[in-house]
Amino acid sequence: MRNIFSYSLKKFVPLYVAGWLIWALIQSLILHRLNLSWELSVKDSLVTGFLLGMCCYIAITLYQYYQPGRSNRLYRLFFALVISLIFSSASNWSLKFLLGNDPAYLDFLSASMPLRFVIAFLILAFLTILNWLWNSLAEQKESEKRSNEAEQLVKDAELATLRQQLQPHFLFNSLNSISALAGSRPNEARKMIQQLSDFLRGTLKKDEQKTVSMNEELEHLKLYLEIEKVRFGHRLKIDIDSAPESLACNLPPLLLQPIVENAIKFGLYDTIGEITISIETRLENSYLHIEIKNPFDEKTQNTNQGTGFGLNSVQRRLFLLYSRNDLLITEKKENQFITQLKIPQTA
Amino acid sequence: MNKVVIIDDEPLARSIVIEYLREHKNFEVVAECNDGFEGVKAIMQHKPDLVFLDIQMPKINGFEMLELIDTTPAVIFATAFDEYAIKAFEANAVDYLLKPFSNERFDTAIKKWEQKNLDKPAYKKNIEQLLENTEKQPEEKHRIVVRTNNEIQIIPVNDLFYIEAYDDYIKLFTKDNYYLKKKTMAYYEQMLDNSVFFRTHRSFIVNLQHLTKIEPLEKNNYVALLKNGKKIPLSRSGYVKLKEKLGI
Repeated sequence: MRNIFSYSLKKFVPLYVAGWLIWALIQSLILHRLNLSWELSVKDSLVTGFLLGMCCYIAITLYQYYQPGRSNRLYRLFFALVISLIFSSASNWSLKFLLGNDPAYLDFLSASMPLRFVIAFLILAFLTILNWLWNSLAEQKESEKRSNEAEQLVKDAELATLRQQLQPHFLFNSLNSISALAGSRPNEARKMIQQLSDFLRGTLKKDEQKTVSMNEELEHLKLYLEIEKVRFGHRLKIDIDSAPESLACNLPPLLLQPIVENAIKFGLYDTIGEITISIETRLENSYLHIEIKNPFDEKTQNTNQGTGFGLNSVQRRLFLLYSRNDLLITEKKENQFITQLKIPQTA
Repeated sequence: MNKVVIIDDEPLARSIVIEYLREHKNFEVVAECNDGFEGVKAIMQHKPDLVFLDIQMPKINGFEMLELIDTTPAVIFATAFDEYAIKAFEANAVDYLLKPFSNERFDTAIKKWEQKNLDKPAYKKNIEQLLENTEKQPEEKHRIVVRTNNEIQIIPVNDLFYIEAYDDYIKLFTKDNYYLKKKTMAYYEQMLDNSVFFRTHRSFIVNLQHLTKIEPLEKNNYVALLKNGKKIPLSRSGYVKLKEKLGI
């Protein structure tokens, strides 16, 4: 039950009663000023106050169980009107019954009846609107909270999948290489199994970490590159150049993996003959700069693979983490595809 | 002795085929190729009885390579994981091997080849059908691989000016050259991006990026003028549709 009154009412019963007593007191004073005797004024006020208090109480209680939908907002006012009518006739009847032996008072009562009705209606309408406002506010807050939670969940899930993107091609081809080595060069096969295991374990472990050092990330990349070298050793050359101060910098884990995968894929599949993939890291203006270069052939590449899924996922990940879209830049220069990354370093 | 050509860009992947093949005495590996270019040459030269072919290879993939060969040889695909390949092969290829594959699985593929080899014409039809099927993948073509006398060329479709039907062949025209290919007009009409390529005539498809204007030739007869000065005939319905497409 999303209703503020549901829990506050019990706690505030004394306060509520006191409020209505004050209301009765004020009414007595007004009635007395209108030339009614003290006794009549007080009795009238107490009866009216009691009845009006009860009506409001009933209204509040009812609102806890029934909230008209958005489309029939006017029902609320209609409801307030009905209760005010019930109040009017109830007070008319009970006042007549209790104090009806004074003809002057009876005249006064019938004369003041429209006014009493209007006041009761205003109070109930006010109460209705207050309740409605409070409820929609609470509802809005609730839905905001829910959508925030949902967004967070989506982000988490997205980050998890983006991180885990390990190309099945890579795995199966590596296993195929191992299978080939197992026959003729079992020692090398064993070594490659070791490398592949270390690489996979690293992928799984890093999944839980928020950031890693450049050094760690490079070590992990080297494992990957070693495996690729077994597969494409005759064509693949890797050139890593890291400024010493950049090695301690932090970056999200496995961020470079898809970029290097991409570089190798396009380097190897867009060209024939030997290729060099170069990786350069440096620290500049409290940004970690990473540059990855691979040869490619714009003319013959399957253009729809363009920047490739790998880079999109990196872009998306950086956006989710840093809310910025300018941290990944790609550039094509003289048959070189250059990917530049900037990772903000907070001290 | 049956001649075998192995085409794969990973030496280790080739070596496992060679190793498994050693037990089959009636096969001889005549060539090992690193890519499709070498593959085309080797196939033309040796006319092999069986080809082991990887799909993902440098520059041109396995399918594109097959397109360049006049008489398609018997092919066993060996690939790591390729959903679209699997789909295409299920019906038609001699076999496809998913890497890594076991010796037993390899032997099964060889057996399949032996069976199909007894019925060559039917098989040839199968592989052609396979190619057709794989090409019908919804993926649009961004490049076309062609072979001139002794050279393989990759033409980005943007460089294509127009296509003309030529008996059983089609001529692919670039700015100042043309290439022959054994394909149908309908095939390219389907494969090319139809917001850029437009069939103006029964025998012509034009790249609208290279169109300069539409000119009247004689009464009720129009031609499309291309940037290189070529004039392409427009059929009557082609003219109406083209005007509609260009919004003029």
